[in-house]
Amino acid sequence: MSHDHTLNPETMPNEPEKATQEGQNKFIGFWFFLGGETVLFACLFGTYIALNSSTADGPTANDLFGLELVFIMTILLLTSSLTSVYAMYHMKNNDFKKMQLWLGITAVLGLSFLGCEIYEFTHYITDYGFTFRSSAFGSAFYALVGFHGGHVTFGMAWLIGLMIRNAKRGLNLYNAPKFYVFSLYWHFIDVIWVFIFTVVYLMGKVG
Amino acid sequence: MSTVAAQKRGFGAVLWDYLTTVDHKKIAHLYLFGGGFFFLLGGLEAMAIRIQLIQPENDFVSAGFYNELLTMHGTTMIFLAAMPILLGLMNAVMPLQIGARDVAFPFLNSLGLWLFMFGGLMLNVSWFLGGAPDAGWTAYVPLSTTSPGHGVDFYVIGLQIAGAGTLMGGINFLATIVTMRAPGMTYMRMPLFSWTTFITSVLILFAFPALTIGLFLLMFDRMFGAAFFDVGLGGNAIIWQHLFWIFGHPEVYILILPVFGVFSEIFATFSKKRLFGYTAMVFATMLIAFLGFMVWAHHMFTVGLGPVANSIFAIATMAIAVPTGIKIFNWLATMWGGQVTINSAMLWALGFIPTFTIGGMTGIMVASVVADYQYHDTYFVVAHFHYVIVGGTVFGIFAGLHYWWPKMFGRILNEAMGKLTFWTFFIGFHLTFFIQHFLGLMGMPRRYWVFLENQGLDLGNQISTVGAFFMAFGVTVFLINAVYTAVKGEKVAEDPWDGRTLEWITASPPPHYNFKQIPLIRGLDALWVEKTEGKGRPTPAEPLGDIHMPNSSFLPFIMSLGLFIAGFGFIYQVDYDWAYILLFGGMAVTLGSMLTRSLKDDHGYHIPKDELESEAD
Repeated sequence: MSHDHTLNPETMPNEPEKATQEGQNKFIGFWFFLGGETVLFACLFGTYIALNSSTADGPTANDLFGLELVFIMTILLLTSSLTSVYAMYHMKNNDFKKMQLWLGITAVLGLSFLGCEIYEFTHYITDYGFTFRSSAFGSAFYALVGFHGGHVTFGMAWLIGLMIRNAKRGLNLYNAPKFYVFSLYWHFIDVIWVFIFTVVYLMGKVG
Repeated sequence: MSTVAAQKRGFGAVLWDYLTTVDHKKIAHLYLFGGGFFFLLGGLEAMAIRIQLIQPENDFVSAGFYNELLTMHGTTMIFLAAMPILLGLMNAVMPLQIGARDVAFPFLNSLGLWLFMFGGLMLNVSWFLGGAPDAGWTAYVPLSTTSPGHGVDFYVIGLQIAGAGTLMGGINFLATIVTMRAPGMTYMRMPLFSWTTFITSVLILFAFPALTIGLFLLMFDRMFGAAFFDVGLGGNAIIWQHLFWIFGHPEVYILILPVFGVFSEIFATFSKKRLFGYTAMVFATMLIAFLGFMVWAHHMFTVGLGPVANSIFAIATMAIAVPTGIKIFNWLATMWGGQVTINSAMLWALGFIPTFTIGGMTGIMVASVVADYQYHDTYFVVAHFHYVIVGGTVFGIFAGLHYWWPKMFGRILNEAMGKLTFWTFFIGFHLTFFIQHFLGLMGMPRRYWVFLENQGLDLGNQISTVGAFFMAFGVTVFLINAVYTAVKGEKVAEDPWDGRTLEWITASPPPHYNFKQIPLIRGLDALWVEKTEGKGRPTPAEPLGDIHMPNSSFLPFIMSLGLFIAGFGFIYQVDYDWAYILLFGGMAVTLGSMLTRSLKDDHGYHIPKDELESEAD
């Protein structure tokens, strides 16, 4: 058995991410991990819902949130999920260059999202004095949205690391699961954002 | 590498081997040693508590120290003793039982172990750094948010680190069981211990994140000035209780389900019968796990959630008695008409049934909301949970250790000492805790460091303390037994108990690749099927070939060490700016080793076929 898992059109399996035992383990294990992450965010959402009106006479959700920015952020993140699907599509067709291209676009979108979030937080802190310490609402807001932002940051570091590490050697059965598992993670982060958009921002403006 | 060769190597080589190992059997040893050490520590704390309570208004320890003792006793026993020892048993046995060469993620397995070790260390260094946590193992706010000093900070960081390790262990076992069962090992042919490992791992996966978040919130409040639990800024103290018990109730099933598996193996093996109602046992386990997530608020009956919420949680709680009852009856029916051998392992299993049933019965009593207002925070509750956790988990751990000791260490534990351990511990246990039901009913509150004389509590407490010494004696005999066995114990072949499951076809202890050829499984009780209807051993499912093995790595140790250092940074950045060096330095070490791990390919190595051929069976 050889360690060289380099792919060519003849040996390319249907699902390169699950073609090896290690890949299969990663695939299954990561799904389980996302199950745990779901509970993690569910607890943060629960805490947020319990505390979102505990403003301690500080700014309320309605005062703070602007749906324009949040709309742009949502579009950025949702699109980045789509572009990571394109990347996986090209991975399955063994087209490494196109995969890297779409992953690159994903990274740009993800980083733009992060930029917006940093702008948003600075805006709240400097213009409204709304901080992690100013009220229970503040703590809950920054904990929930910040945990999501932390996940995006980690995902970006992960993605860029993967792209640089594998830039020269192309796709093989050793790194295909790594790319695939990243895309799973990225979709998960996206789904969490959909809930944040609804529960935090929409309900904050309308509810 | 055979054990003989291992013994000839120097101490340094063995140490390095254990620090870097990714072999599930060696990781199991480390879990057992680590968990065993903390079990003794928690036991010493328990003895100090009982000595303090031997007579009214005793002053063996101070009130503050007593609070630290009771907090650390609970925290240590649950997170650092019971769970790691159970994870050790799972690591040692489950891959063998399903016919796998290792777990799905050997590296992660090692990381989980070292996170537990450093988390436990973190908690316990607090003794030397200004005092241990003192807000109870449940760390209820606002007691825990206002507790002075850094004790509770060590609780938060220590549990966060250890908890991350446990979560990794859970995911690892889940993936292992899903993807790495031997050919023919269908789910409904898995030995019950593997089943309970699987379901326990599901519980770990979905329960621990709630603790993670709870600890984060507590950490943010204590160390970073957040206001989650600060009522002055709109915070809410009940959130902690919910998060803690959403984790905490499944946690008690994390403690008990694995030993249900242990007992199922032991009853079947030593009754020479197939486990009665195997399918029912599997589904009862699932049902217990499912219901275990639905009952957390029964710890909060007196909080004031209202009669509707309380009633729903009461009924859900009582419903758990049904699948548990199914299990008790199935174990009894397994023994019914079997050729029962009574040895140490079996004694623990037999002692478990009445003990655990009493614990279950008082469980139904405390589940009754109206009555619970009387029992709440009294020694009745203390008696109840010791009956299920000691009478269930600790008995199960002893049973499992006696049963699998020969598989793990190649030698059989001394029977006479084993029986002495059982009887002294069993009698001591009931002496200690049975009387506590009545102390509780008479109104003795838990967690008080003294009680007054002539309130009908004197004799009961004295009896309880005497019992604790019996238990300590039993544990001491077990330790002597372990040492004695290591030196003089009888060496055993692969199958000393005439076993029924796959772990007994491997050598004792098994070679590091477990199976030269992965076996083909033809039924439940895979080995027994071959003993009765086959050639005595399972047919190999593959020709002899190269075996792919994972590389050892020192990175898990470094990663955990980094978090350990960063933990001090988090705790002390409140007081000193230099602590940021620890914080960022530690995180840099951890993240740096994670980056190293991702950038450096690790393909493992192969044991060549001819080397396997030259090794004896």
